[in-house]
Amino acid sequence: MTRKDPSGGLIISPIRNGTVIDHITAGEALNVLRILGITGSTRECLSIATNVRSKRMGRKDVVKIENRELRTEEVDRIALLAPQAKINIIRDYRVVEKKGVEIPEILKGVVRCPNPGCITNTNEPVESTFEVLPKGLHCLYCDWLVKDDIANHII
Amino acid sequence: MYHIISIRDFERSDLDYLLDRAGEFDTGKYRPQALDDKLVALLFFEPSTRTRMSFATAMARLGGRSIGVDSVEASSIVKGETLADTIRVVSSYVDAIVLRHPKEGAARLASEFASVPVINAGDGAGQHPSQTLLDLYTIRQSMPIDGTDVGLLGDLRYGRTAHSLALALSLYGVTLHTIAPGGLEMPANITLELRERGMEVIEHANVEEAIRELDVLYVTRIQRERFPDSASYYNVASSYRITPDLFAGVRDHLMILHPLPRAGEIDPAVDQTPYARYFEQARNGVPVRMALLHEVMK
Ligand SMILES: Nc1ncnc2c1ncn2[C@@H]1O[C@H](COP(=O)(O)OP(=O)(O)O)[C@@H](O)[C@H]1O
Ligand SMILES: [Mg+2]
Ligand SMILES: [Zn+2]
Repeated sequence: MTRKDPSGGLIISPIRNGTVIDHITAGEALNVLRILGITGSTRECLSIATNVRSKRMGRKDVVKIENRELRTEEVDRIALLAPQAKINIIRDYRVVEKKGVEIPEILKGVVRCPNPGCITNTNEPVESTFEVLPKGLHCLYCDWLVKDDIANHII
Repeated sequence: MYHIISIRDFERSDLDYLLDRAGEFDTGKYRPQALDDKLVALLFFEPSTRTRMSFATAMARLGGRSIGVDSVEASSIVKGETLADTIRVVSSYVDAIVLRHPKEGAARLASEFASVPVINAGDGAGQHPSQTLLDLYTIRQSMPIDGTDVGLLGDLRYGRTAHSLALALSLYGVTLHTIAPGGLEMPANITLELRERGMEVIEHANVEEAIRELDVLYVTRIQRERFPDSASYYNVASSYRITPDLFAGVRDHLMILHPLPRAGEIDPAVDQTPYARYFEQARNGVPVRMALLHEVMK
């Protein structure tokens, strides 16, 4: 992270401990924040860069959050939106761990079933369960197939 | 434990086995009191006469007993109780549960909380596997299912019996002919799934165009509430109505099936023709359900 932007404008402070989610599909940074439950009232130091130039991806988004490491369920959700994202764990200003994200075969409690008649949209003690198929997400309760707009169904 | 939840859970060999068993129950080849120490709960959270009665009949024919609640009592049982809790409690009373519920996936959920086998007797717009089995059974009584031409007519968009029958038929090398009014066509993802399973699916504009190519014509209900007004409903319903004059030049062994109850889809004059097989089909509900009950509790 450069302290001084070459163009002389933007300055983002490095974080001491936290997470950098790099290589997010351009335009998905705000959805990533939503998944992480980060709202305007969050106290942590947070920086978001959208549509930045990337050698690998053309354009990408980057999210940096201080004092926060991600839980597996959060990583699974991010994988759905940004399969190429890289998660960098920062400790004492240094990247100590770097990992890709992977969409699991079964998503439990991650996506809300769009079928209003589905038993998972009731007060039953059951989590939505989707099987991840090449053609979309298949609800294992009602057989609904979620093909488009998966971001909007993420819980 | 053996649950019967969705036709998707079955392979061809499982279906054939259950159909063979149903054939044995149909022809009296079974121990008459085979389930005399068994008790089944018929939990119907949604109205149904036929399905409920045929499960009760099947159980009685096997010497077993059933206890049950119908939709009215069922809604008072729950009083805010979850289905999961109801199932846990009822599981401790009986040897198997037959469930009809308005929510899709309810039977799958029930099977996760039950300590006894669960048979899905219809979950909302979802699955109704015992209906599909009796449909297959009825076809197989007259001809081998393999390689036949089966037409599905009516509301193929919301009709659950049509979807699960089509899925089952895809295991038998059947060519599927779909005939549906505009707006009620088979959902694209189901057609895709059928084609992925190797099924040939041919869409037809009207029944006249398809009927002479068919071995089976499966008629389903077109519901009034799917249309904006009665005029458009009557218009569509009358153009999809099966009448005896459609039978000129059809195959001799053509069978007309319908899951019943019918509204106006089939002219009563069709009942007198040799093609009408829907009452036989309804009757087959009993041996098929005997086979299912016996299978899960034996
Ligand atoms: N202390 C830090 N504070 C904020 N961002 C950091 C920090 N350390 C590294 N990063 C960012 O984390 C990402 C991964 O860092 P690094 O492994 O050095 O680079 P790359 O993955 O691009 O080879 C980069 O976007 C980098 O800017
Ligand atoms: Mg980089
Ligand atoms: Zn669902």
